[in-house]
Amino acid sequence: MSETMQFLLSGITVGAVYALVALGFTIIYNASDVVNFAQGEFVMLGGMITVFAHQAGLPLPLAALMAIVLTAAIGVAFNKLAIETARGAPVVSVIIITIGASIFIQGVAQIVFDKQLHRFPAISGDDPIKLLGATILPQSLWVIAGALVIFTGLFLFFTKTLLGRAVLATSNNRIAAQLVGININFVMTLSFALSAGIGALAGVLITPITLVSYQVGIAVALKGFASAMLGGMGNPKGALVGGLLLGLMESLTAGFISSQYKDAVAFVVILAVLFAMPQGLYGRKSMDRV
Amino acid sequence: MTLSSKQATLLVLVALMALSPLFFPSGYYYRIGSLIFVNGLAVTGIVILTGYAGQISLGHAGFAGIGAYACALMPPKFGVHPALAMVLGAALSGSVAYVVGRPILRLKGYYLAVASLGFGILVSMVLSNETALTGGPDGMKVPELGLRAVLNGWGLELTNPQFWYALSGLFLLVGAWLALNLYDSPSGRALRALHGSEVAASTVGIDVAAAKLNAFVISAIYASLAGSLLALQNRMVTPDVAGYMHSIEMVTMAVLGGSGSVLGAIFGAGILTLLPQVLTVFQQYEQVMLGLIMMLVMIFLRDGLLPSLASLMRGRGE
Amino acid sequence: MSLLSVEGLGIQFGGLHAVRDVSFSLKAGEIVSVIGPNGAGKTTLFNMISGIYLPHSGAVRLNGEDVTGMASFRLARRGLSRTFQNLQIFQSMTVLDNVMVGHHLHERGPVLSDLLGLPSSRKRSQAAESGARSLLKRVGLERAAEREAGALSYGSLKRLEIARALALDPKVLLLDEPAAGCNAVESEEIDHLIAQVAAEGTAILLVEHDMKMVMRISNHIVVLDYGEKIAEGDPASVSRNPRVIEAYLGAQAKEASDARG
Repeated sequence: MSETMQFLLSGITVGAVYALVALGFTIIYNASDVVNFAQGEFVMLGGMITVFAHQAGLPLPLAALMAIVLTAAIGVAFNKLAIETARGAPVVSVIIITIGASIFIQGVAQIVFDKQLHRFPAISGDDPIKLLGATILPQSLWVIAGALVIFTGLFLFFTKTLLGRAVLATSNNRIAAQLVGININFVMTLSFALSAGIGALAGVLITPITLVSYQVGIAVALKGFASAMLGGMGNPKGALVGGLLLGLMESLTAGFISSQYKDAVAFVVILAVLFAMPQGLYGRKSMDRV
Repeated sequence: MTLSSKQATLLVLVALMALSPLFFPSGYYYRIGSLIFVNGLAVTGIVILTGYAGQISLGHAGFAGIGAYACALMPPKFGVHPALAMVLGAALSGSVAYVVGRPILRLKGYYLAVASLGFGILVSMVLSNETALTGGPDGMKVPELGLRAVLNGWGLELTNPQFWYALSGLFLLVGAWLALNLYDSPSGRALRALHGSEVAASTVGIDVAAAKLNAFVISAIYASLAGSLLALQNRMVTPDVAGYMHSIEMVTMAVLGGSGSVLGAIFGAGILTLLPQVLTVFQQYEQVMLGLIMMLVMIFLRDGLLPSLASLMRGRGE
Repeated sequence: MSLLSVEGLGIQFGGLHAVRDVSFSLKAGEIVSVIGPNGAGKTTLFNMISGIYLPHSGAVRLNGEDVTGMASFRLARRGLSRTFQNLQIFQSMTVLDNVMVGHHLHERGPVLSDLLGLPSSRKRSQAAESGARSLLKRVGLERAAEREAGALSYGSLKRLEIARALALDPKVLLLDEPAAGCNAVESEEIDHLIAQVAAEGTAILLVEHDMKMVMRISNHIVVLDYGEKIAEGDPASVSRNPRVIEAYLGAQAKEASDARG
C-alpha cells in the first residue's frame, strides 16, 4: 500500500511538470495555431541558466529569476524570428521550423554550457518528509505548489483581467480581435513570453530532483504534448488534468510493469487518444465545412 | 531531342554518380558518396509519402531500424543470407507499415506527425531495451554481405568503399526511377490529388484511405532497404538508426531540397550528409548548424532549395 | 425509373434542422434545379447526397440501390459526380492533370505496374490524357492545359471542375452553383454545356442562383426554404407559386417570367 502511495506521489510530482509544459503548449497553440516542438527547450533553459548563473556567483533565487526572464525573452525572439515570419506556411514547414529551433537551442546550449548533468540545491533541503505512509521530497511539494499557483494565477488572469480576456479573444478569432482594437503583436509577445516563462519555471523547480542537461528538452516536450492532447489541445484545464494523469500513469507503469518502458506510456497515451477521442477530455469536436 | 523531366533527372543522377569519382581526392569519398546514396534512397520514399501524398511522418526511421536489425538478427538466428534478410526486412517493414498505417493515416497534420513520431520512438525504445536480443544501446554486429567477393571472383576487383558506392548508387537509381514513374502515372496522380483536396479526390472515385496506405507502405520499404544497406556497409547497427533524430533528418532532407521532387530530395540528402563531414573540425557546431539550416530554409525558401534556385535562375514570374 | 431518388432526407447540426424531410427524384436526361434563399440547405443537401455528410434520417437511392451514407468514392464508382460551390481544385497540379485525375476510375490499375512504368500503365495514362484533352476542349480550356491550376481565373476554374466531373462519365451529375462568378457569356456557355450533357442521358441536379438560367434549362424545380421543401414543379408553375414568391423570388419573379417571355 505504501508502495502504491509512493508511486502516486512521484506521479503527481512529475505530472505537475508535464502539466506546466502542456500549459505552455496550450498557450502558444491558442495564440498562433502552432504546436511548438521547442517547448521542452524552455524547461531545459530554465534549469541550465539557473545552474550556471548560480555557479557564476548569483544567489539562487536571483539566478532562477534571471533564468525565467531570459527564457521568456528567448521565447519572444523565437516568435518574432521564426513563427511570425512563417505565418501561413504549410504544417510540414512549421513542424520543421519548431523542431529546427529545438535542435538549434540544444546545439547552442551544449556549446555555451556543456554536456554534463547538473543540479542546484533544493529550496528547502533534501530531507524526505513522511506523508500518507510514503515519503516525499520537500522539492516535490514546491513543484506541485508552483504548478497550482501558476494554474490558478493564469485562470484568474484569463477570466478576470481585461488583458487576459484580450488574449482569449485573439486566440478565438484573430481578425475580429484586431477589429475591436486589441494589439495583436502585444498579445502574441505576451503569449510566447508566458509560455516560455512557465516552461522555465517548471525547469527551475524540477532540476533539484531530476537534474538537467542540454538534452532533457525532447522527452519533456513529448510528454507535455501527450498531456495537452490527453486533456484536449488548447484547453488549459485539460493541460492540468492531462499532465497529472500522464504523470500518474507513467509512475504506476514504472512501478508495477516495467521501468524501462515507462517512457513508452506517453506514446501509447498519444496513440490511444488520437484514435479513441482525438479532441481529448475537454476539447471540442471539429467538422470540415465544404 | 527534348528530354522529359524524368529522363533528365535520371541522366543528372547517373552523370553525377559516374563522374564524381574522377574528382575524389581519396578513397574515403566513396564512403561519403554511398552514405549520400543510402540517405537519398530513404528520402525518395519520403518524397512519395510527403511530397506526392502530403502525409507527414516523423517516425519513418523506425522502418529503417527494422530493415537494419533484420540484417543483423536474421542471419545468425535463422541462418538466412544477409541479402535475403534485407528482402525479408523490407517485407516485414511493409507489413508493419500496413498494420500501423491504417489507423494512423486517419489523422492529419500535427496529429499524424506526433502519432508517427510515437511509432518511431517506440521502435527505437524496443531496440534499445531488449538487450538480450538486440545488444541494447551498444548495438550489434552485422554479417558481411559477401557480394563483393563474388564480383572479385568474376574478375571485377573493387575496394570495399567502391563496392558500396556502386551498390548504393544502383539502389538509389532504381528507387528514383520507380518514384519518377509513379509521379506521372494514374496512382501518382491519385496521390497528388488527395494531397490537393481529399474531398474532391474522393468525389472522382479515389479510395483516399487505400491510396495513403499505399504511399505509407511503399515509403516504409524504401526506408527499410536504406536501413539494411547502411547496416551491411557499416557492419554494425545501433538503436539510433530508428531514433527520432534520424526520422527528422529524413524529413528535413526531403523538404530541404524541395519536397515535391526526387532530385531535390536527393540534393537535400547530399547537403545534410555532407554537413557533419564539412564541420569535422567544428563538430560541436553540428547541431547548431543543422537547426539553423532547418529554420532558415523553411522560413525563407519555403519550396525548398532546388525550386527556389530554379526560379531565381528563371527570373521571377512566368 | 428514376436514376436518383431522395426520400425524406434530413440532418441536424446541434439542435438546428439544416435539412428536414426532403424528397424528390431525377430521371435520366432530366435537369432538376434546387433553389431557395441563402441558408435554405441546398449545399447541405448536396453534401448528403454525395456522401460528405451522413444524413440523420431518410434515404438516397441511386439506380434503385440504397446508397445512403455511402462514401463519396463508392458513389463515384456508381456513376455519381459533383462540383463544389467553394471550388475544390487540385491547386498545384496542371489543368490537364486535374481532368486526368477525373478519369481515375478508367485509368487506375495496379500500383506495381505504375511504379515499374509498364506499357500497360503508360497506355492507361495516354487514354486518360486524350480523354482529358477533349474534355478541356469541350469547356474551352484546351489552351490552358499545361498551366498550373492555381493560376487560373475563378470562372475558368468553375469550368475546370465541370470538366473534371464529366471525366467520370457520370450517370448523375451534381452541379453546385456552376455559373457563380461567371459573366453573361460564360453563363450561356455553361448553359449549353449542361443541356448537351443532359441530352446525352446524364441526370443533372443543379443548385443555382441565376434565375434566368434556372428557368431556361430546368425540366423540374425543387424549392427549399429553411431546410424544407416548400414547392416543386415545372418552371412555370413554380414561378407562379405564391409560397415560393413570398419566400424568395420577389423581384426576381418578374425576371423569370420575362425570361420565359
